[in-house]
Amino acid sequence: MKALIPTAAVLAVLAAVPLVVHSNVTLNFLVVALMIALAGQGWNILGGYGGQYSFGHAAFFGTGAYVTAILQMRYGINAWVGFAAGIAAGAVLGAVLGALTFRSGLRGSYFALVTLAFAEVLRIIASVAPITGAGVGTLIKLDLGIRNLQFQSRAAFYWIILALVGVSLVTAQLIERSRFGIWLIAVRENEDAAKALGVNVNGVKLAAMVMSAAITAAAGCFYAQYFLFVDSGIAYGTWISIQALLTPIIGGVGTVFGPLLGALVVKSLGEAAKLLTGDAPGLDLIIYGAVLVLVIWFTPRGLIGGLTQARKLLMRRSGPAAPSAGEARHG
Amino acid sequence: MPNQGNPLSRRQFLATTTSGVAVAAIGSVAMPSVLRAQGTPVKLGVLHPVTGALSYSGQQGRLGATLAIEEINAAGGIKGLGKIDAVLGDAQSTPDGGTAEVEKMNSAEVACIVGGYASNICLATTQAAARYELPYVVDVGVADSIVTRGLKNTFRFGPGFGVISKTALANLAAINDQAGKPAKTVMIVHEDSLFGSGLAKLLNAQLPQQGFEILETIPHPTPTRDFNNVVLKIKAQNPDIVIPANYYNEYVLLARTMQQQQVKPKGIYSVLGGAASSYKFVKEFPDAARYIMDCNHWFDPRNDKAQALKKKVESKDQFFTYEVYMNYSCVYLIADALERAASADRAKLTVALAGSTFSGHLMPYGPTKFVNGQNEGAAPVNTQVLDNDIKVVLPSAFANAKPVFPRPA
Amino acid sequence: MLSPTILIPAILNGLLIGAIYALVALGLTLIYGVLHIINFAHGALLSAALFAAFFAFRLLGLDPYVAVVLLAPLFFALGYGLQRFIIGPASHGDERNMLLVTLGIAVIIENTLLYVFRADTRTIDVPYAFQTIDIGSTFLAVSRVVGFVAAFAVALALWLVMTFTDTGRAIRAVAKEKLGAELAGINVAHVYAVTFGLGTACVAIAACLLIPSYYVNPTVGDAFVLVAFTIVVLGGMGSVPGALVGALLIGVAESLSGLFLGESLGQIGIFLIFIVVLLVRPSGLFGARA
Repeated sequence: MKALIPTAAVLAVLAAVPLVVHSNVTLNFLVVALMIALAGQGWNILGGYGGQYSFGHAAFFGTGAYVTAILQMRYGINAWVGFAAGIAAGAVLGAVLGALTFRSGLRGSYFALVTLAFAEVLRIIASVAPITGAGVGTLIKLDLGIRNLQFQSRAAFYWIILALVGVSLVTAQLIERSRFGIWLIAVRENEDAAKALGVNVNGVKLAAMVMSAAITAAAGCFYAQYFLFVDSGIAYGTWISIQALLTPIIGGVGTVFGPLLGALVVKSLGEAAKLLTGDAPGLDLIIYGAVLVLVIWFTPRGLIGGLTQARKLLMRRSGPAAPSAGEARHG
Repeated sequence: MPNQGNPLSRRQFLATTTSGVAVAAIGSVAMPSVLRAQGTPVKLGVLHPVTGALSYSGQQGRLGATLAIEEINAAGGIKGLGKIDAVLGDAQSTPDGGTAEVEKMNSAEVACIVGGYASNICLATTQAAARYELPYVVDVGVADSIVTRGLKNTFRFGPGFGVISKTALANLAAINDQAGKPAKTVMIVHEDSLFGSGLAKLLNAQLPQQGFEILETIPHPTPTRDFNNVVLKIKAQNPDIVIPANYYNEYVLLARTMQQQQVKPKGIYSVLGGAASSYKFVKEFPDAARYIMDCNHWFDPRNDKAQALKKKVESKDQFFTYEVYMNYSCVYLIADALERAASADRAKLTVALAGSTFSGHLMPYGPTKFVNGQNEGAAPVNTQVLDNDIKVVLPSAFANAKPVFPRPA
Repeated sequence: MLSPTILIPAILNGLLIGAIYALVALGLTLIYGVLHIINFAHGALLSAALFAAFFAFRLLGLDPYVAVVLLAPLFFALGYGLQRFIIGPASHGDERNMLLVTLGIAVIIENTLLYVFRADTRTIDVPYAFQTIDIGSTFLAVSRVVGFVAAFAVALALWLVMTFTDTGRAIRAVAKEKLGAELAGINVAHVYAVTFGLGTACVAIAACLLIPSYYVNPTVGDAFVLVAFTIVVLGGMGSVPGALVGALLIGVAESLSGLFLGESLGQIGIFLIFIVVLLVRPSGLFGARA
């Protein structure tokens, strides 16, 4: 339980933000950043810990979003139930895709490509199928109230997404410390060796995929509830697949806080670049791309890896007594 | 000044700028706006997708809005209130990008927002603005759901899908009747997102009532790389009229491929077709463009102000597209309402917009009258590419040419 | 619908558009075969090449078919430089990093194009744009037929380079056994960069063949990249003949499924092929069994 203290502290600090910050600009920014962090945490469980790089997590995000929206608008089902159903649908899809791909032994670039293709197929189906509203998309009726999971205040949405992120952080932490987590990392490091040691490789990957899918689907459910509109390009577009993999990689792949840090940094960077370049279309994204390359160039293990390294360097420089303690813990 | 009712407290200001890395970054985004608020009387949010997939249209829209603001300011601003300060925003071609900008504009204390362009962006941004009872004038966004959700802050000056398709059908029947009913069969080629699908649905419901037979409705994605198959289908079924509803790039490919495959129906009749009412298309593909008809947003060719603006835009080496004059007109609509409200207060401005009878715009519309946020006077017109130019052919009140149908051999 | 007057032209069109896909896919498969990464910058490079071809025509008055002589070496140099001085050093030899760096480069290229040229769609009007070859009831666009022939020529040239030159042998050695090649004295960084350069040159050739019948804007390349991925997988990652045959198959499959399922749904045809190939035979048609 002691290990959960840093997580609890981070969550407590974040939970206090709306109490001091009343700017809805900031809250909206944080809500979107946390939503991306959640999607990224989903990706991180499969990609970061399990080493299976998915390029199509939009499949889960979009399924969560559509199920939430469609159940409410077409079948009159309560928003909270719709939200839960969206997460469940994401998990089921994860199980199906996982079973298909892992049984065929797809890994590396092949796994990346097949996930990309699945997301693309879903996008096309959603853009023509009547139940999704086809090209028109699905609009959730604006009807504020707790019953409908719609709130006047941005702070309420903020706490909801923060709670979801909290659950995902704890999940990641529990995985890290469990036997399952050790298996998962073993699969990442060397699949064949893990198999030789008797790890049920496909079972482990499948379980990770289901959790991963459910978490990313939750981000999709939240999107639908927050923006009240879903269409095929939003739900299954490559934008979310890319964001979901980018945030953990920038923050620190296979770490508990990587996706959260990554999402906050990436989103801040976008805003800062926009501010810096003023009103020049596209210029902010050029800077954003350049920083991405530079981060990988100079801190290949993400920002958390970079910070750890920097701390080590600092400690080493500060005197002969300090490093042993830090080093011992990490080594 | 809306400042009075809702001052940004010092505590709040400090809080925004001092809590954490990420928070600091975003806090400082809002800061310049706050500082700006001291000197200028009326802030107007100008929100367009100037980056991403819709950036061409977005930039054209921004051009129209800023031209109008420059003109108003050059003439001394709004009577009794002073100059307009444009707060520019980029929706990045996505609904969430648009929503983030609305939040920024709200905290910059704009009196009103104009723009959005795409329907899905408008759906999200109007709703975000509604939380703050911030008046929002949609520049284009034709989806009918934008004004049927009962949002009190949302106004649309231009026509929506329903009106456009109805007008398009009536005019198509009128043109066909006038020519002695040479056309009986129709094929629809539409892009498969919000705009094209919605339109195709309406056309499918209403065309048969006008006595046309729909041979086939062909949806296609955006982008589509090749139109040869679509054209083959058209060629095989040989419809009298082809109705395309898609964006510029796809329209260009479709028209070019039809020319290449020597498919010449009696008429090409676009509804909101990207190219048939585009000077760019006419200039670059005069042969493919000839005689194409379109039912679309268009300026009033008999309006001197519109012609003057056209010259001005063309002198900047830009094409005079509908985004330009619709945004231009919307800004003047807002300026008129501000003047009548004699205040930048949001509630007063909303009332003034709702009661607007503004007539100083460039559009071939009837009298301005907002019902549930929709301007009932708004209507599309029919244009046709004639003599390497785009002429208005219907309704006759605004027409500067007569329709040529069927297409001469 | 099944009448030969539609079916035959549809198949022919599929073959012609497939040839253009082949040119894009050739570069991608070459890079994959040697560097083992999916080059995410491929689409952005295609957009850049289309712009280059556009301006060669507008400013220098060069016909795209002439400009290819200039642009192919230029883009070879660009690709070489990108890999040698940015992608290589930035990714520390980690495949996953390489992937992300190419993604970053794609963002940079696309948005630089957007910033400099704005988002409007541009087209060129060459005299032969609407010329067709008439075979029976079918009109084949001249520009597409040229592209078809060129695709085969480029594939043949690539195959010759890979089989009979020292550079080709070095590339194949690195692709097969990186460490061994390094020990044998082959400069791996140089070989990687040459491969990336060749792949980028293919993109430039594709651009010159595409522009007479297509358009250019900063995001135009995206439309071709997903298809190119599919082709690379279908043909077997790294296989040059595989990419060519795969592209023609995909072109025809797309054409026919577009005809029968409609254009929107027809796109699914491609991805279903893609998924089935990956699940059933991930090595593709021509790849060695993994």
